[in-house]
Amino acid sequence: MSDKDLEGAGSELAATTPDPVPDPGLPPHHWRPTDVDPKAERRAERQVAGWFLFSALCTVSFIFSYFRFQVGDNWDTFLGLGASTLFLGLSLSGALLGIGIGIIQSARKLMSDQEIVEMRHPASSPEEDRKKVVEMLGLGIEEASIARRPLVRNSLLGAIALVGLAPIVMLRDLGPLPQDVNNAEEGLGLEHTVWREGMRVVTGVTGRPLRASDLQIGDLVNAAPEIEHADVGDWHQLHGHELLISKAKSALILLRMEPRDLTPWEGREDWDVEGIVAYSKICTHVGCPISLNERTTHHLLCPCHQTTFDLADNGKVVFGPGARALPQLPLAVDSEGFLVARSDFTEPVGPSYWERDSK
Amino acid sequence: MTGIDTGKFADSNGPQPATPKKPSKGAAALTWADDRLGLASLAKKQLRKVFPDHWSFMLGEVALWSFVVLLLTGVFLTLWFNPSMAEVDYHGSYDQWRGVHMSAAFASTLEISFDVRGGLLMRQMHHWAAMVFIGGMFVHMIRVFCTGAFRKPRELNWVIGALILLLGILAGFSGYSLPDDLLSGTGMRIADGLVKATPVLGSYMSFFMFGGEYPGAIIISRLYMVHILLIPALILALIGAHMLLLVYHKHTQWPGPGRTEKNVVGYPMMPVYMAKMGGFFFTVFGVIALMGGTLGMNPVWMYGPYDPAKVTAGSQPDWYMGFAEGLLRIMPGWETHIFGHTISWNILVPGQLVAMAIFITFVAWPFLEAWVSGDKREHHLLQRPRNAPTRTAFLAAMMTLYGLLWAAGGNDILATQLHLSLNSITYFMRVAVFVLPVIAFIVTRRWCISLQRHDNEMILHGYETGIIMRSAEGGYSEKHLPLSEDKVYALTARSRDEVYAPDAETDANGVKAPGTRAQRLRARLSRAMYADNVQKPTREELEEAHHHSDHEAELQSGLDHPASGHEFDGHHQHDAGDMPLRGGH
Repeated sequence: MSDKDLEGAGSELAATTPDPVPDPGLPPHHWRPTDVDPKAERRAERQVAGWFLFSALCTVSFIFSYFRFQVGDNWDTFLGLGASTLFLGLSLSGALLGIGIGIIQSARKLMSDQEIVEMRHPASSPEEDRKKVVEMLGLGIEEASIARRPLVRNSLLGAIALVGLAPIVMLRDLGPLPQDVNNAEEGLGLEHTVWREGMRVVTGVTGRPLRASDLQIGDLVNAAPEIEHADVGDWHQLHGHELLISKAKSALILLRMEPRDLTPWEGREDWDVEGIVAYSKICTHVGCPISLNERTTHHLLCPCHQTTFDLADNGKVVFGPGARALPQLPLAVDSEGFLVARSDFTEPVGPSYWERDSK
Repeated sequence: MTGIDTGKFADSNGPQPATPKKPSKGAAALTWADDRLGLASLAKKQLRKVFPDHWSFMLGEVALWSFVVLLLTGVFLTLWFNPSMAEVDYHGSYDQWRGVHMSAAFASTLEISFDVRGGLLMRQMHHWAAMVFIGGMFVHMIRVFCTGAFRKPRELNWVIGALILLLGILAGFSGYSLPDDLLSGTGMRIADGLVKATPVLGSYMSFFMFGGEYPGAIIISRLYMVHILLIPALILALIGAHMLLLVYHKHTQWPGPGRTEKNVVGYPMMPVYMAKMGGFFFTVFGVIALMGGTLGMNPVWMYGPYDPAKVTAGSQPDWYMGFAEGLLRIMPGWETHIFGHTISWNILVPGQLVAMAIFITFVAWPFLEAWVSGDKREHHLLQRPRNAPTRTAFLAAMMTLYGLLWAAGGNDILATQLHLSLNSITYFMRVAVFVLPVIAFIVTRRWCISLQRHDNEMILHGYETGIIMRSAEGGYSEKHLPLSEDKVYALTARSRDEVYAPDAETDANGVKAPGTRAQRLRARLSRAMYADNVQKPTREELEEAHHHSDHEAELQSGLDHPASGHEFDGHHQHDAGDMPLRGGH
């Protein structure tokens, strides 16, 4: 600490010289009715004790409510509220408020209300203490002889810095590296999903395979890959967290439009089936599932941050904070007439990340 | 007030402290404890420690006690909650989800809500207490900020408080993600998107957080550890430090007669403050119990278990995350693609940079202000917000920004409730977050300065009585009455602002002195912050004004009776003998 800092370091509290008027001093204390009137005092006592009694009654009714009212789906209701929760809450609240208000009431009415004065002291230590500490620190460093032995000091500092690496290294197994989770066959990793050539498009809820004729013009269907609902060839149905990971990437939106309304980009001319287009349901902003459809405009809105995509125009962003078009899944029809994917998505789905190559 | 017969005092309230009649068992216990712990020396200082009284000093206590309620209700919840993402079939009481696959975390949350008596009450109290905790901290922080209570020597306590607020928000977020319901899962999904937008490290951070690809199988148990161990331990430690510093510095107080920078006036810790604080703990607890029992909160059974392919319309985070949600929503969709890499400005700027900038500005404010003012004195008297116009205006601007972002975070709700176009609201907000805070700043600053001027008017010329006087010449004037001595003192117990002017910018040889750029910046900021402030009158100005009012009194001398100014305000002057005791006999 420099001398300049020490100079102002709170050794003086802010000045209070009469500017512009002198301090009139503390006003005289006023006695309260409870201080001078025994009747008022006893009334206050009764009030305080009344609050404590109220609290005790509430605790009794809390215990009563606990055993009297059942919980569960078909709970007793009272004014549309679950009776157990309501009465437990009310009685617990009364029990606590009774104690709280009673104590505060007694503090205000019955305890002494004489204000007292305490002097402040600067937060800093006295100057001689500081000097003493600086001396002692110097002496300590001198006796440790660290300043004179740079080899000891530097090797110690190096060793401590290095040992700090140990806990950091141990965090390595928190999770795999993104590049190590990368398997196009099983749809693992940021760049792949379980969609592949011939994977049937099924409804998201029941898992029923879809035909083109299942959708009318203007219909919007939440769809999923068949593997989430059934075995596909020798690939087993997904379960547990594998299913969740798949859902977080493979969820699909199907929309049937008049084929003439579609304006596909170059290379996407044959990605629809009779006006049915399939887009990733995962928003390209931060990954919410998109769900709000504006039927007349082919616009699809994300309910989280309102990024709006135009499904007639390659899923382009027309409004909101999202930056990229929804990835489109190329569709075809298999030999039995069901909708299938022609391949995986041609770009990563979901939110952006640093390594994503957007071209 | 003299002449009271002290014989009439109630027994327990005499001016002398009561003395115990004989050595009690309590004294023996104290001796036993002190022989081993030596606490008497500490207790001697602290038991009668003085705390000043003001309603605004209670706001921090709201936060403190709601944190205690969080600990108590939280312990109850851990007895049943199962922080596991393992898939189970639900077989509990709630019909709608029976037989449905869900995570053990969600199933145990349903169990707490429907099969444990008082479980739903505790869940709702825990969630309400979290809201009160964070709300209490915000309001307490506003109080400390706009009264200048963060000034030396309390800057570090301000930083500690800001850290507690940040941790509280993280605790809230990690907590409401635990039930693994559809709404909280959507929150996790957004958090994943935010993390992934970090340049270079984003996808690594996401994979390390979730133990692989989102959503993985482990995030709930990790969040559970963070929520019930890591963050509460840090908050507890910081609250401990916050309270220790509060005791060491002694509480700030409002200026007033007898209340100066050098003393602290108020009630002693024992018994009055112990009773008030203890009573207030029960009061806060009771109010939260009332909320938990009567106000529904986070009905996860209506949202259902998390499914990454589903979402509900109108998804909203808890209120304290609303401003971050608003930032995300109004940001234009900017992304840069460069050398095969993606930089998501649309997420990085609102989700990470702006939020951090606002936080750092608030943490650094005490040091910024001290640097600009050059004030190295300790301050224990609070400032009225009007006496720091620039600071108050900055707070108003920030509150305006916060409110706008909060509204933007609910732009879909606003659109459906008010039948407005969502797009128009968003476009409006994009402009408003830049324009309205500036307007709020200017208006608040001028408002504060006007109030300062008004104070000076009152100090110099008294307050307006509403009595119009006509002089012998036929001129009209309003009768003013002087403020009481106490009031004048309270209004003027503040220091004068000094505008910093740098030393000569060049030395004798015309060479620029080092550090002048920082000095010039400091001078500019100092001018902006203090030059327009109205300073309290000097003694000469006060005497001059009193001389003037004496003259005014002479003008009235021709009246048949003196106008006291109290003719119409209900404060008729009584004879001293009429003065009743307060609430008297």
